[in-house]
Amino acid sequence: MMVDVQKMEQLADNLAAQEEVVGRSLFADARRRFFKNKAAVVSLILLCGVFLFSTLGHMIAVWSNEEIDWGILGQIAELGAPNLENGHYFGADELGRDLFARVIQGTQISLMVGIVGALIAVVVGTLYGAIAGYSGGKVDNVMMRIVDILQSIPYMFVLILLLVVFGRSIFMLFVGIGLISWLDMSRIARGQTLTLKNKEFVEAAIATGVKPITIILRHIVPNLLGVVVVYSTLLVPQMILTESFISFLGLGVQEPNTSWGALIAEGAGTMQYGTLWQLAFPMFFFIITLFSFFFIGDGLRDALDPKDR
Amino acid sequence: MLSYILRRVAIAIPTLLLLIIISFLLMHAAPGGPFTSERPLPPAVLANIEAKYGLNNPIYVQIVNYIGGIITEFDFGPSFKYKDRSVNDIIAHGFPVTLTYGFLSFAVAVIVGGALGIAAALKQNSWLDYFAVGVSIGAQVLPNFVMAPILVLVFTLWLGWLPGGGWNDGQWNHLILPVIALSTSYMASVARLTRSSMLEVLHTNFIRTAMAKGLPYKVIIFKHALKPALLPVMSYLGPAFVSMITGSVIIDMYFSTGGIGQFYVNSALNRDYAVMMGITILIGGLTILFNLIVDILYAWVDPKIRY
Repeated sequence: MMVDVQKMEQLADNLAAQEEVVGRSLFADARRRFFKNKAAVVSLILLCGVFLFSTLGHMIAVWSNEEIDWGILGQIAELGAPNLENGHYFGADELGRDLFARVIQGTQISLMVGIVGALIAVVVGTLYGAIAGYSGGKVDNVMMRIVDILQSIPYMFVLILLLVVFGRSIFMLFVGIGLISWLDMSRIARGQTLTLKNKEFVEAAIATGVKPITIILRHIVPNLLGVVVVYSTLLVPQMILTESFISFLGLGVQEPNTSWGALIAEGAGTMQYGTLWQLAFPMFFFIITLFSFFFIGDGLRDALDPKDR
Repeated sequence: MLSYILRRVAIAIPTLLLLIIISFLLMHAAPGGPFTSERPLPPAVLANIEAKYGLNNPIYVQIVNYIGGIITEFDFGPSFKYKDRSVNDIIAHGFPVTLTYGFLSFAVAVIVGGALGIAAALKQNSWLDYFAVGVSIGAQVLPNFVMAPILVLVFTLWLGWLPGGGWNDGQWNHLILPVIALSTSYMASVARLTRSSMLEVLHTNFIRTAMAKGLPYKVIIFKHALKPALLPVMSYLGPAFVSMITGSVIIDMYFSTGGIGQFYVNSALNRDYAVMMGITILIGGLTILFNLIVDILYAWVDPKIRY
């Protein structure tokens, strides 16, 4: 067999020149897998659109969310329909307020509730679960029994009770949602911690005399991040659902503030007069956002979960 | 087995007590007593009324009395707003309604969802499978408060086929929309769960063995695959029950069925704490009881579980 000397030399040169193979980090791998998932990418784009709408939408709004358009008041069904000329892009509600501005505001509040609620859940739940899992034994047992007990309480009723007793405000809504949202997260974090705590690097940390709390914060929690990220993208829509549920009943955010749930309730209450836009626009944003979060969560799980490669 | 049941009951009781105490304390933390009104009552009258309802006792005495009343006489106390009806009256009035369509919705969700999931798994990658997966993804974002207006819009306002509210002693046409609105998202969850667990079971070794033995397909599915496939679904029933009861509040409000949720929201708007507390505790108790039953059933069915 003839050996192509020239080619071999060239190959050797190439190899020498290329000092190191560029490795793919775990994160880059995950990112590649995520962007292969079409549904997730489309959802991400849609979600960015909703975010932009809620942050920049007021720039193109002609009316503010509190102004009443006296010219169409009382004739909403005839004159209040979506119209580009008079600035009511999404139409007007039955009080003559601009629905475009109201939907922007509702989107802001609903997204904020979702994200802040999920954030509370992430911080509290992860720490609680990591501490319970790492401590093990009696401490773990007691901590998880507490979660069990809290979980079997019908939280929506307690949340409403809380809102009625302490007054309906966004702050109370955050407190109430924060109180219950971390329970699932703590279970997941605990389960993951149980498998992590017998790994060599934790053993090494213990052997070198690192304090337990430092081990949890520096070695356990960073390794939980993958699971936590996936789960928190699924938590955001849950929080939005909870808030919308309460606002739909009229027990959540109060006028002049609004949220998707309150807007949907308003739209549902007036649809028999033919003002369907009042139902359609809030519902559209609600459904789009929830869909997006679910698909992004699925995509992230597929990308970050090493089991399903 | 018996010790497992006892242990579960031992957890259930403190849970219920905790719920009662939390709601009781919350109620007392509320600014203004139940008889604070725009026209203040003379102090002597107020003292008399408070003595009648036992509100002048220290709070721990009140809690003990309240719990005692529930245990011995199933008495949730009087409503502070409506002089002529007690919380028990309200519960007796609204609960059967909620139970009727709640039970129907639960049955629809489990039976239809389960059947859809099994069918989808058996015919994986067929149009039926895609349909089931599509429905279950779609229904995730159609919670009851989105479904209810859409259903009323289509079936009441546009088509005029079904009444958009009312109860009418549970006549069948008043039941359809509430049941669909309440059950859709749970049906989807049950279908998704059943499908994935059925698929998992179908790929296990013991099913392959059964196939290799040449057992009839029906026997394999119904005798061998069904039971392990339904286990994860069973553990979902507890949470599903809780959120369905919660969802019934929306249904009651939106369809004006006169169920317990309507009283709950109205008492929340009127600050009628006694009614709110009574309903919260009743539903909490039901939830805990249901979870207990599901857990015990699960332990009984699943041989792998350790007591």
